[in-house]
Amino acid sequence: MTTRIGVVTFPGTLDDQDSLRAVRIAGAEPVSLWHRDKDLHQVDAVILAGGFSYGDYLRAGAISRFSPVMETVIEQAKAGLPVLGICNGFQILTEAHLLPGAMLRNNHLHFICRDQKLRVENAETAWTSDYTAGQEISVPLKNVDGRYTADERTLDELEAEGRVAFRYADVNPNGSLRDIAGITNAAGNVVGLMPHPEHAVEPLIGTGRTDGLGFFTSIIKKLVTA
Amino acid sequence: MSLDTVKHAAETPDAGQPWKELGLKEDEYARIREILGRRPTGAELAMYSVMWSEHCSYKSSKVHLKQFGEKVPENDAMLVGIGENAGVVDVGQGYAVTFKVESHNHPSYIEPYQGAATGVGGIVRDILAMGARPIAVVDPLRFGAADHPDTRRVLPGIVAGIGGYGNCLGLPNIGGEVVFDACYQGNPLVNAGCIGVMKHEDIHLAQASGPGNKVILYGARTGGDGIGGVSVLASETFDDTKPTKRPAVQVGDPFQEKLLIECTLEIFKEKLVAGIQDLGGAGLSCATSELASAGSGGMRVELDTVPLRDSSLSPEEILMSESQERMCAIVEPQHVDRFMEICEKWDVIATVIGEVTEGSQLEIFWHGEQIVDVPPRSVAHEGPTYHRPFARPSWQDALQADDAGKLARPANGAELREQVLKLVGSPNQASKSWITDQYDRFVQGNTVLAMPEDAGMVRIDETSNLGVAMATDGNGRYAKLDPYTGARLALAESYRNVAASGAKPLAISDCLNFGSPEDPDVMWQFAEATRGLADGCLELGTPVTGGNVSLYNQTGETAIHPTPVVAVLGVIDDVTRRTPVAFAEEGQLLYLLGDTREEFGGSAWSEVIHQHLGGMPPEVDLGREKLLGEILISASRDGMVDAAHDLSDGGLIQAVTESCLRGGNGARLVVPEGLDAFTFLFSESAGRAVVSVPRSEELRFTDMCGARGLPVARIGVVDGEEIEIQGEFSIPLSELRTAHEGTLEGLFA
Repeated sequence: MTTRIGVVTFPGTLDDQDSLRAVRIAGAEPVSLWHRDKDLHQVDAVILAGGFSYGDYLRAGAISRFSPVMETVIEQAKAGLPVLGICNGFQILTEAHLLPGAMLRNNHLHFICRDQKLRVENAETAWTSDYTAGQEISVPLKNVDGRYTADERTLDELEAEGRVAFRYADVNPNGSLRDIAGITNAAGNVVGLMPHPEHAVEPLIGTGRTDGLGFFTSIIKKLVTA
Repeated sequence: MSLDTVKHAAETPDAGQPWKELGLKEDEYARIREILGRRPTGAELAMYSVMWSEHCSYKSSKVHLKQFGEKVPENDAMLVGIGENAGVVDVGQGYAVTFKVESHNHPSYIEPYQGAATGVGGIVRDILAMGARPIAVVDPLRFGAADHPDTRRVLPGIVAGIGGYGNCLGLPNIGGEVVFDACYQGNPLVNAGCIGVMKHEDIHLAQASGPGNKVILYGARTGGDGIGGVSVLASETFDDTKPTKRPAVQVGDPFQEKLLIECTLEIFKEKLVAGIQDLGGAGLSCATSELASAGSGGMRVELDTVPLRDSSLSPEEILMSESQERMCAIVEPQHVDRFMEICEKWDVIATVIGEVTEGSQLEIFWHGEQIVDVPPRSVAHEGPTYHRPFARPSWQDALQADDAGKLARPANGAELREQVLKLVGSPNQASKSWITDQYDRFVQGNTVLAMPEDAGMVRIDETSNLGVAMATDGNGRYAKLDPYTGARLALAESYRNVAASGAKPLAISDCLNFGSPEDPDVMWQFAEATRGLADGCLELGTPVTGGNVSLYNQTGETAIHPTPVVAVLGVIDDVTRRTPVAFAEEGQLLYLLGDTREEFGGSAWSEVIHQHLGGMPPEVDLGREKLLGEILISASRDGMVDAAHDLSDGGLIQAVTESCLRGGNGARLVVPEGLDAFTFLFSESAGRAVVSVPRSEELRFTDMCGARGLPVARIGVVDGEEIEIQGEFSIPLSELRTAHEGTLEGLFA
């Protein structure tokens, strides 16, 4: 049976088509999920894609977190369903308390779009096993609310438990604490990051690199061997 | 508050009306009375005043614009021409592409963020209304002097507005321009372009036909924003106790627009609309009169059914409101339920506000009482036409006689070196990444090329790799020296940029930014520029599909430089064959294509080193441009070049610097025989490009150029970590990078 990976579309989601394409290129069956539908349609994993769901009004991710689809995603993520939150998806995961911390406005106050170098710190999560720890990859970054923040105790815990999944290498583009670009939950099934691996899956398109493809091949391998 | 009904207007022929305050001329008001056979109601007066404004009626420009319809080149790619929301061209494989550039200049000066944001929103809805999915945006911008304090107010707001709106819509921003010149102080130019793609059978036109069909207004609620002169009418005629200071600049909500896009595309997919129009300038007045006028004529609208954000709005204000994120569709009755379902799915408010009728009048009612009864054509398409006087300015000859050839040139290698660094670090020639990095260029996952490439390029078919490219160009300095040539140079440069990326130029859209049409000097510039552009399009075989005119870009007596901005759209069969600007491979050979002459009039060098503007702009030979384009496209398709960069403002050294920095490689250059180093580096002769050729392709490439008669000179090799001009000077890449990339951040961060 082919692996089915769902991508949620909220009102204002922008990178859903890109995530669906990345899933397809990696070799799984992409499934569109709709924010009003609680049913996850038997998908094996879920991606919360980037964008400005609900216009980022109130706070990025704050409204989406209460949508019907998220009720099921939250419940099943706690039971082990692999979930990847990219950019706005990461913001939704923190709002849903599936991941700790929050994103603040970039320290320079501007939207920034750039090719960003990342260091993979944890290559043992459901979404990163095709990388090696310490590997540097380059994927696009594009956001205005991307500055990761959490209290010192949480940050220390994340570090101690190896839950910092990605760090910004060479430049910290937004003032994120401890250069954190992405984190995982303790079980390793829920991962969130601000940069966009789904924009780096084809030569020529976007940055012209395929450094992001590993996210999607990682999860497929995990699900196939599970 | 008494309602000025049609009946009341007929009974009170002598009631005073504020036509003058609304910007109408006496004879225009008289003509409205003649058309109607009575005085207009307040609502009718409001509609005519805004639809007959320069912005909506093109009354000063249309006698010149008609050349674009007369001098049409043989081109079988055109599917829909001028006159619709946007033109449509065939790009093959059953795909059609629609594109257009518009201005949002004045609002962006008053309120930079919202002015620029709603400029993006407006052009995107124009494209959507043609039945197309918007796939990319571009933004040609002009600002006052980079170091003027007001530029610090205007620029960051405009950039943030374009980013804030476009990024939230999920449209990649793939190109545009940023130019600084003191002439734009007080009149920044914010032009916005959009490209959309559809299948041939999905083209939608703005027309209302079929009596009984429903008129559906959907999208945002209508508020008091964007009401300009009409508040004069509202307060004077009816009630001066209510607040009249409404924002004259519209406020955008990109989230609502994103929903509107997805909702509209789903409606198109199910073929539920008979006609559609976006609401932009002049709001419902424009949409209802244009839809009715392009159809069979008759339409009845119940204005009190329009959903409002502000319940105190008068009917005149509702008709004029330029609230954003609204569309108007004509829907057959059996499709209305499904239409409403789709709107509900996307949380978009939709309301049946009227229907298409048998008659030929546009009739609008307010709580059962008739306030508008007009022939829609007279509002939308039969506005006044002016033959404004124009004459070659008395100062033009002196300006052209002030030859840039007499300016002091660098005397030795050291001076050349110093001037190169000054040039590539000057605000106009410096890297624009501080600005363009605030725009999302990756979203939708189809971006092949984006700024600082010569042209933006997006893939439109994942299976076949079919793609489209667009570049925008316009050099106001050239156009000031000679508007006819300046417009042709804008066309030539944009055409060259598209060809350099490997795409075949197909058609153009233009945004014509000028000063006041009431000044004969300006009107001459406009007449010359449109003539030049129309002639040029005929010669190049690229028709004008549509565009926009922005006049009155002037403060007091001082007009901006005439600034025709030309957007060329190209098609490429296989985006994997595209050519970037970066010199990425060491050892490759650099060739200069085209003829280099001593042409410095209007050049970046004359501006940066001498603060001079005079003489004649470079000569244009469009036959040569076409040949250069063919060579660049063939070389790209057949893998003969790995990089190409057009030569324009700043000349060869500017292009080589950009390509070296982008590729992270240096270059060793030799001044070709017959040229001096200064002319080689700084001349702005048109019809030129620099290419990077793999050694294995050298013979094949030079043979092709020779056989087709394009002059070509080997000028050096990609090598090392500095740019060296043999026998003159060398500059390390790191020094060039600091000069080129730090300027804008230093000024605006």
